[in-house]
Amino acid sequence: MRFRTVTAMTGALALSLVAGCAQGGTAGAGGGTVTYWLWDANQLPAYQACAKDFEKENPGLDVKISQMGWDDYWTKLTASFIAGTQPDVFTDHIQKFGQFADLKVLEPLDDLGIDDSAYQPGLGANWVGEDGHRYGSPKDWDTVALFYNKKLADAAGLTAQQLNDLSWNPKDGGTFEKAIAHLTVDTKGRRGDEPGFDKKHVKVYGLATGGGGDGDGQTQWSNFAASAGWTYTDKKRWGTKYQYDSTTFQSVIKWYFGLAKKGYMAPLTDYSGGASPANMQVAGGKAAAAFDGAWMISTYYGTKGLKVGTAFTPVGPTGKRATMMNGLADSITKNAHNKAGAKKWVKYLASDACQKTVGGYGIVFPATPDGTNTAVAAYRKKGIDVTAFTKPVADKKDFTTFSYPITNYAADVFALMHPAMQAIYGNGKSVSSLDQTTDQINLILDQ
Amino acid sequence: MTVASSSPPSRLPLDGVTEARTKPRTSRAGAREGRGDGRLAAVFVAPAMLGFVVFLLWPTLRGIYLSFTRFNLLTPAEWVGLDNYVRMVHDPIFWDSMKVTVEYVLINIGVQTVSALAIAVLLQRLTQSAVLRGIVLTPYLMSNVVAGIVWLWILDTQLGIGNEIIAGLGLDRVPFLADETWAIPTIALINVWRHVGYTALLLFAGLQAIPNDMYEAAKVDGASEWRMFWRITMPLLRPVLAVVLIMTVIGSFQVFDTVAVATQGGPANATNVLQYYIYGSAFGRFQFGYASAMSVALLVVLSAITFLQYRLTRAGQSDLG
Repeated sequence: MRFRTVTAMTGALALSLVAGCAQGGTAGAGGGTVTYWLWDANQLPAYQACAKDFEKENPGLDVKISQMGWDDYWTKLTASFIAGTQPDVFTDHIQKFGQFADLKVLEPLDDLGIDDSAYQPGLGANWVGEDGHRYGSPKDWDTVALFYNKKLADAAGLTAQQLNDLSWNPKDGGTFEKAIAHLTVDTKGRRGDEPGFDKKHVKVYGLATGGGGDGDGQTQWSNFAASAGWTYTDKKRWGTKYQYDSTTFQSVIKWYFGLAKKGYMAPLTDYSGGASPANMQVAGGKAAAAFDGAWMISTYYGTKGLKVGTAFTPVGPTGKRATMMNGLADSITKNAHNKAGAKKWVKYLASDACQKTVGGYGIVFPATPDGTNTAVAAYRKKGIDVTAFTKPVADKKDFTTFSYPITNYAADVFALMHPAMQAIYGNGKSVSSLDQTTDQINLILDQ
Repeated sequence: MTVASSSPPSRLPLDGVTEARTKPRTSRAGAREGRGDGRLAAVFVAPAMLGFVVFLLWPTLRGIYLSFTRFNLLTPAEWVGLDNYVRMVHDPIFWDSMKVTVEYVLINIGVQTVSALAIAVLLQRLTQSAVLRGIVLTPYLMSNVVAGIVWLWILDTQLGIGNEIIAGLGLDRVPFLADETWAIPTIALINVWRHVGYTALLLFAGLQAIPNDMYEAAKVDGASEWRMFWRITMPLLRPVLAVVLIMTVIGSFQVFDTVAVATQGGPANATNVLQYYIYGSAFGRFQFGYASAMSVALLVVLSAITFLQYRLTRAGQSDLG
């Protein structure tokens, strides 16, 4: 008798726990609430302003925004797909798009009537999956340029004009390498291009390290590889072969990581994503310049005691400058709790009205041309010239922009390329080792 | 599950089985007598049993099943037979991470056990201070993640205070966590720092069980502290030391959080310990089937090592009394 009571009570307890979990999953998402996740804290106020306008236009709908840092964001998002606690709408990145498409966790957005021509070129098309359905609405874009410490550039006698007019090649590095060498100073005050320079005891590196760059090299080697005429895959989107085994690519990588061997670029050991990303190396006076993305503009210009300038990426062997143009999007999750509300919110996020509101904060370039112009004006008001980021998009004669690689099995590509590039950069492994890595990657893509 | 019985073993032969071949633990008569107690025992064991089945037995069985499938967690698992195991045997990254893990365990357990033993003996032979015992345990009160982050900042090549001190002394900065050669020893030592106090406390408890009169008798005979350590402390501490070793080796093989926080398996897979590789395969690449296969491999390795340790150190027997 007593035994049965205990069993019944245990069972009841277990059941109530399970029921409690299930309830937790839907709490806060029902009714007129749309949940929205983003990772960039700088952008939170801008989207809160958008949400306010949206709620005014749509009485009864309430947007609940959650912001968390980049790493936590993806971990939590992954977990939420599994647990069924996913947000209705989330900020999506091309790097993850392929994987989410594989996992079929995204809702097609074909019925939102998104017109590619309403956005900056290329941004809309990137979010159409291999199956021909749209899974993201263009939100913003960024390019990469050279940030430099003005004081250190002045001390080296390099003008803004000179830094904006650099060129490079994989043989001798061109004027770009000369400038970086000249910006490098060892502990005894000798510059990188002066006799007796001690590459083992460098006080200020010409170029900060952003790590090995994994499979994309967005803020590391991508502009060099692209201006040498190389492309990531055999096709613009949803390619089936990666081309890390190309001799052009490998010659670029050999030269680029060779800058560290010469003492002009900080070694891999100076890089740690958590403690010392490129901007911290510039802020701390350990590096004179760094390639970084437009999303970092406010961070660099907001660093106390640092006077920053920006310059275009150098002209490459193709005679053009290249920079990665990457765009974020808003995606709706397949099992969104409030799909109807989510679609309305995404449509609003993609509208000129919201994108101009966001642009007005001067923290990011919205995807619509009007939104972009509002952002440029807002930056100007803060005294920041963003030409180094916007001109590559407008001027197709001198510049090439290229997209982040979009393929299936993106997570596997990362898992293989991350250590492979570190081994070349940090351990001096031969660039030809990328042949084998490429074979492994392409084998996975062939599945 | 065996049900505890209060009745002593009887020597009644079982049907068809000769007495010489069997030594029944419980006779039928004894079982009948103990049935009332058995029910009560079941009630007491039930909550723990429920936890064991739900959180350990079922996940283990399911993990073994999943190791024979291709599974991404969001769509149904697909049976692939031994494919995951074949892939594992041919996966150089798996073997490399196994090597890295073993290297970590050797450094971690080696340094930790020797230091913990030294601290425990010093605590027992030199001081009675509870404050000192408390201080030894302090790092253990910190979470692994916090310890990892704190050490990551202290040891950062350019900005860390540890390297500032090294540079201040006129020496070259050491990329503790960013260099292939240094990374694993550094992580092993960070974890020694965190766990040595706890391990020392366990050994200290074992030392307390050694009767003091043995030391007194040895002293009368003129034995030195060094001789007493080798002739009294070590032999009598052996069962406790063995259990502590088994526990710490298992824990050491499962190193994950410090790596996840400090190096993320890098540079160039130099700290890609097995648990981290399993995690990355499962939650980064959604290859839950392959990750399960590697987990099963880890389970087999750990079971074998534990069994060997148990046998070699005779952990179940004591030399005392």
